[in-house]
Amino acid sequence: MSDLLAVGVPAHTADAVAGVRITPVDAVGLEQRAAALCTRSIKSSSKQAALDLAIRVMDLTTLEGADTAARVQALCARARRPDAGDWSVPPVAAVCVYPELAPVAVDALAGSSVAVASVAGGFPAGLAPLESRLAEIAWAVAAGAGEVDIVLNRSAFLSGRYQQAYDEIVAAKQACGSAHLKVILETGELGAYDQIRRASMLAMVAGADFIKTSTGKIGASSTPATALCMAEAIRDMAEQTGRVVGLKLAGGIRTAKQAWHYQVIVGETLGLGWLTPERFRLGASSLLNDVLMQRAKLRDGRYQRREDFSVD
Amino acid sequence: MTERLAVNKTYKQFIGGAFERSESGRSYPVVGAGGELLAHAVQGSRKDVRDAVAAARSAQGGWAGRTAYNRGQILYRVAEVMESRRDEFAAEVARAGDGCDHSAAAAETAAAIDRWVWYAGWADKFATVLGGVNPVAGPYFNLSVPEPVGVVGIVAPDEPPLLPLVSRLAPVIVSGNTAVVLASERGPLAAVTLAETLALSDVLAGVVNIITGRRDELVPPLADHAAVDSLDISGCDSQQSANAARQAAATITRVVSASAAEQQWAAEAAQSPYLIDAFCETKTVWHPKGR
Repeated sequence: MSDLLAVGVPAHTADAVAGVRITPVDAVGLEQRAAALCTRSIKSSSKQAALDLAIRVMDLTTLEGADTAARVQALCARARRPDAGDWSVPPVAAVCVYPELAPVAVDALAGSSVAVASVAGGFPAGLAPLESRLAEIAWAVAAGAGEVDIVLNRSAFLSGRYQQAYDEIVAAKQACGSAHLKVILETGELGAYDQIRRASMLAMVAGADFIKTSTGKIGASSTPATALCMAEAIRDMAEQTGRVVGLKLAGGIRTAKQAWHYQVIVGETLGLGWLTPERFRLGASSLLNDVLMQRAKLRDGRYQRREDFSVD
Repeated sequence: MTERLAVNKTYKQFIGGAFERSESGRSYPVVGAGGELLAHAVQGSRKDVRDAVAAARSAQGGWAGRTAYNRGQILYRVAEVMESRRDEFAAEVARAGDGCDHSAAAAETAAAIDRWVWYAGWADKFATVLGGVNPVAGPYFNLSVPEPVGVVGIVAPDEPPLLPLVSRLAPVIVSGNTAVVLASERGPLAAVTLAETLALSDVLAGVVNIITGRRDELVPPLADHAAVDSLDISGCDSQQSANAARQAAATITRVVSASAAEQQWAAEAAQSPYLIDAFCETKTVWHPKGR
């Protein structure tokens, strides 16, 4: 990446970021393909694997102003063992919290395979002063977060100040140190698939380890078409530069059915190599219960009752 | 003038307040007494049952949260809307199944409308009659209150198509339950028309869900569903009843069936506050009275 920047090409033009080409998006074709992938039927023999994968790639999330240490501890207990009655259920990939609660999650998850992810950098708007955003990222990493979710500066991006948006992600990556950096594009605010693709490229070139759809804090959330658009950007990036970037889908993912539709989209676009926690994540709070319900349906053969699963 | 083309109604299922085809895309022919084709009805699948139960579940809190008086008003409204479509109902009843003459069909329709009115009146009274203050040996108020069980699955009797369905449905929803109804397999058309009146009567979306199709296919997933709290198997044959009762027991679902007296659909005995009670759970509260 650095060589691309070093040769002195403009950091961005309408169709390139730091020399990486950005092809326009065929919006109609994109939506049709995404819709077609979502009609793929999953046979019950594959369902079990799809449900387990959905759990293994899940970032179990709580991002509420009312979050307490006890609530985060309870969430961490579920992350380690999602179904107390069935030990064959794998742990989730990570728990995602606000920075102040990251130390609580680190304690609660010690000794487990579950990572701690913290949002930072003025989440969810990303419009705090840059110094305080960077300080927040460094604080979260120092507190033990192995993964940091920041937001793209949409204000700069949408004003055409691509260089500023890019530089801020570069600075955030430095502040992260060895921690993984996920950059949230908030696709619902970008307006067009071309913009989503441009933002994806910009974030990836700037050093994001993952690009992520949404904060979950605005009405518009992850859709199959935006997921496909970003997956195609990741595929372009890999083809043009060889750099491997992960995809995190978040916001509005509540049902097991959505989860396996997204698995089909990612698997078909990026290959099965992307269907691992290192390259693919589902950020969700209420998805886990539905996945457990469907898993119990496969096990017992009968439709389950939501009240029999935990409240959060 | 050219001859007008026929505009035939598509008889769809009623799930979550919307008229929908089956998830499976299937339909089946519904024939009249003379074997003539009346229409194609939706042939529902177990996934339609699942969706209907989910709709009923999410509607239940809001429906039970309405005041008893308001539920009574809404049930009365169903009768009002049915009244304005009496002839349409009577024509559908006359053609369905083994068929009957027009006066018998009109009588059945009138009885079905009156049944809504009868249960509408009970809405704000049954709790007083079925519950109350119990005398206890201590300084306590001891109060018993009937509360709705939750989601009720109703396998409607096959014949006739309308009055038995209303007779089983009205006492279920009047107390605040929501229902998933498997309509008559032979004559489902009147049930779909009933759904159209429910949709116009301020009955909340999801309170009544009507599935049409094959009993043998639809009863097992309904009886087996853990989110169904009570099951009315009045329309099942003996084999279906036995299987449904066994499946229901696995998730502690209460099973109810119409008695022989209740099956005299037009008679007084087919309507009773105890039918409301059959789909209620009694909650008893002890409260210190003081001296």
